[in-house]
Amino acid sequence: MKKRNLSEKIRQWYEGELSFDEKIAEPVVHIPAGTHDQQPPETKTKIRIVHRLENTEIKISRVGYGVLSVVFCLIICSILISTALFLPGFADKEAPTANEVYEHYVGAGRDQTGAVNTVAGMILDYRAFDTLGESFVLFTATCAVLLLLEGHKAALNRAKSTFTYATDPIVGIAAKIVVPVILVFGVYVLFNGHLSPGGGFSGGAILGTGLILYAQAYGDERAARVIPAGAIRGITIAALSFYCLSKSYSFFTGNEFNGVHSVIGPGTPGDFLSGGLILPLNLAVGLVVCCTMYTFYMIFTRGRLD
Amino acid sequence: MFENILSLFRLLLLLSLVVCAIATALSKRVMTAIILFTSYSIVMAVVWLLLRSPDLAITEAAVGAGVNGVLFFLTLRKLHLIDRDFDEQEKKAKVKTEEVNGHEKA
Amino acid sequence: MNITLNLEELTAMLLFGIGFTMLVFSRNLLKKVLGLNIIDTGVYLFLASMGYIEGNLTPIVPPTGPVDPGIYINPIPTGLVLTGIVVSVSFSALMLALAVRLYKKYRTLNLDEIYARCDREDGED
Repeated sequence: MKKRNLSEKIRQWYEGELSFDEKIAEPVVHIPAGTHDQQPPETKTKIRIVHRLENTEIKISRVGYGVLSVVFCLIICSILISTALFLPGFADKEAPTANEVYEHYVGAGRDQTGAVNTVAGMILDYRAFDTLGESFVLFTATCAVLLLLEGHKAALNRAKSTFTYATDPIVGIAAKIVVPVILVFGVYVLFNGHLSPGGGFSGGAILGTGLILYAQAYGDERAARVIPAGAIRGITIAALSFYCLSKSYSFFTGNEFNGVHSVIGPGTPGDFLSGGLILPLNLAVGLVVCCTMYTFYMIFTRGRLD
Repeated sequence: MFENILSLFRLLLLLSLVVCAIATALSKRVMTAIILFTSYSIVMAVVWLLLRSPDLAITEAAVGAGVNGVLFFLTLRKLHLIDRDFDEQEKKAKVKTEEVNGHEKA
Repeated sequence: MNITLNLEELTAMLLFGIGFTMLVFSRNLLKKVLGLNIIDTGVYLFLASMGYIEGNLTPIVPPTGPVDPGIYINPIPTGLVLTGIVVSVSFSALMLALAVRLYKKYRTLNLDEIYARCDREDGED
């Protein structure tokens, strides 16, 4: 509902110049009983005329608003596209993005990091600091959502519902079949991040969706009992601390000048236990992502983790 | 021949991306917009696959189509803006008024 | 002057425009968050299309033997987008939590009405 001069009208109503009988602010604005009837009839007709005028205004402004938004969209798109026409060619080997950084990452990455999957080697070895900050972004977002939406325990007990989809032929039985497969696939993607596509982010997201399906099918009560809140908190904190400490060690010993060398080598590329710190770091990132997704779900449905 | 079919497929995918985005922007109901956005994410996952980034395809399919859609639906349910919830609330209110009326009659 | 027509980049630009229009002109808070997500994916598509090289392979190198960087795509945009996707979902969760709080206070998701009620509260003080 688009209303022009709404705040001004409300102020006028406050000062007694205008009756405010529109359904704008129903739960907040309580029109005192009898106000409407006590008005002299000429005020009522005036108000009706004002309303009619405003309704046509609203219609015109709605149409104008839609047209304006389409024009705005076209202008933005045309500016962006006209800029994109002068960019270097797509899928071109001579493009300036295909420079020596990329050649170094792909060409020397396997021997330096031990990871066959260059993307995993890049985000968890060369650019591990970036990924650390990203995990902390997730952690901060979880904290903020908890602060905003966490409910009281008393309210939880009051609103207790025993309804689950466990006996439902579609959701319950399908979840019984699908959830173990999703979880196993998530663990596979998580542990094979340095060998095949996947890694911490993908595997953690798949594990999180599996847990969400479990909680949706068997009820939040059971999910909260199976996965206690303390475990989620502990896993998140432990994973973040482990990431911090191990990368600190790696950064400290990676320096050639202080004479200390890391005891964790890149290993044989292609083996399961290879890639140095990439496998445990993948595990840490995956656990953080999984806990974040599950926490979001539990906070949005249940209001609490426990 | 194969190259042409693949480029046609890519063109169709990108076109459906734009169509899904415009439909999301123009839909009146938020529920429809969310469902359209989920389909948009699934198309996006296939586009990632065509751009030779399977990591992104896996993540987008799990996050964009899974968790994001679930979060939006949960928000709608939390705010009681899904139509089914409205119907149930109306039924409850009706039952309550009927009960009250019955008591008054008795 | 060298004009190139890249379908992926044009799509990314269109998506950015549509999402930005949704973000600015939509009155519903949830649709604003959806528009923000569309902007996100548009930017990611642009980034990833910059790293794509026609006919090249996914950057998963063989375990042994010499590696020729010329036959793989650029892994850097892929890594950047990979972190971005997961951040965007946490970001939209935060936005949705804020929208829920606003709804609990003002009983509406329409931005105009929220403004009106804010003005009214200011008038009360």
